[in-house]
Amino acid sequence: MSMPLYDYGIASGLLTGILFGFVLEGAGFGSPRKLTAQFRLSDWSVFKVMFSAVIVAAAGLWLAQAAGVIGAGGVFVPTLYFWAIAAGGLLIGAGFAIGGYCPGTSLVGLGSGRGDAIAFIVGMVAGTAVFAELFGSLETFYFAAEGPKGQTVSGLLGLPDWLVIAALAIVAAAGWKLGTAMEKKFGGPMTAEQANTPPASNASHPAGSAGGTARA
Amino acid sequence: MNRTRLPYWHPLVAGVALGLTLLLTFLITGNGLGASGFFTRVAAAAGAWLAPAWTQANAYFGPFVEGGSPLPSWVTWEAIGVLVGALIGSLVSGRFKAMIEGGSRIFSGERLAYAFIGGALVGFGARLARGCTSGLGLSGSATLAVSGFVFLIAFFAAGFAMSYLMRRAWQ
Repeated sequence: MSMPLYDYGIASGLLTGILFGFVLEGAGFGSPRKLTAQFRLSDWSVFKVMFSAVIVAAAGLWLAQAAGVIGAGGVFVPTLYFWAIAAGGLLIGAGFAIGGYCPGTSLVGLGSGRGDAIAFIVGMVAGTAVFAELFGSLETFYFAAEGPKGQTVSGLLGLPDWLVIAALAIVAAAGWKLGTAMEKKFGGPMTAEQANTPPASNASHPAGSAGGTARA
Repeated sequence: MNRTRLPYWHPLVAGVALGLTLLLTFLITGNGLGASGFFTRVAAAAGAWLAPAWTQANAYFGPFVEGGSPLPSWVTWEAIGVLVGALIGSLVSGRFKAMIEGGSRIFSGERLAYAFIGGALVGFGARLARGCTSGLGLSGSATLAVSGFVFLIAFFAAGFAMSYLMRRAWQ
């Protein structure tokens, strides 16, 4: 069977989306406190889940290519536009630390009942509109420092894919070990019980009460 | 609401399951998973509804709305799926909880303001980067794309720096 199928139908989107949302919720990524605890080093779930997923998917793609199931150039590899991607990455990292989500996890937060995810989503739509309005003046920056089309790390370094994947696995394993040690130091990763318990000193200001009046 | 609440999955189980989901998505579509593309389409659709002339004339949104509504698209079905999948997961595990989640030292209104501001930075940044944590960080890196790793390095660097400045809000 020749793959990818290049199926962009409703069933394809719903199936992959439902699996994606179900797994992210299971990982605990509907909780903004758990997500941002990665940057406070007390919960390494974001690092652990993301890197193990990258390695599993990369190894699977490599095997599928080696077995001839998918041809070279069969899957989309995003091209580097150095400045725009670096600046965008910085903004998303900063926005994640302030707002508690990224685009995908905001939908997971909403699906877990988090009202703050709605404010984040409205913010994203507003930020996108601001970008569209400023696009004309950003265009030069947007296309600056364009890399070779679909360049991979293995292509850049002149190494075989499997070696890059193996090196990534070693980095991930070392990070995993370091992360587990730091989690222990900070009292362990955030549990579902903790994520669903409003913080103590908020008890007199129930979450969900009209925010604007809480200060009065 | 006092029913059993199941714990989160072990990160290795979640990571392998996410990797297999991503691999399946590549095999079905030739692309990885995404999310910010859906919010771009929502923003273009909202623009077409609130300010049609501006949206049609806009260099970025124009191409999205020239063929009618920008919403019917694979990424829209996928985003609806993410919401449904998370809802199923949180309901069957007893982890669903209607709440505004934030640190104990800030009020709900402050938390919502931070969520909006963070969302605005993420929305702007995702358009600049041509993708987000899902499309570039996860899917791009799985194809070993240089762009995916440049994105992840910038994402983690800014995340750590801003998290230090924001530590009061999450305590």
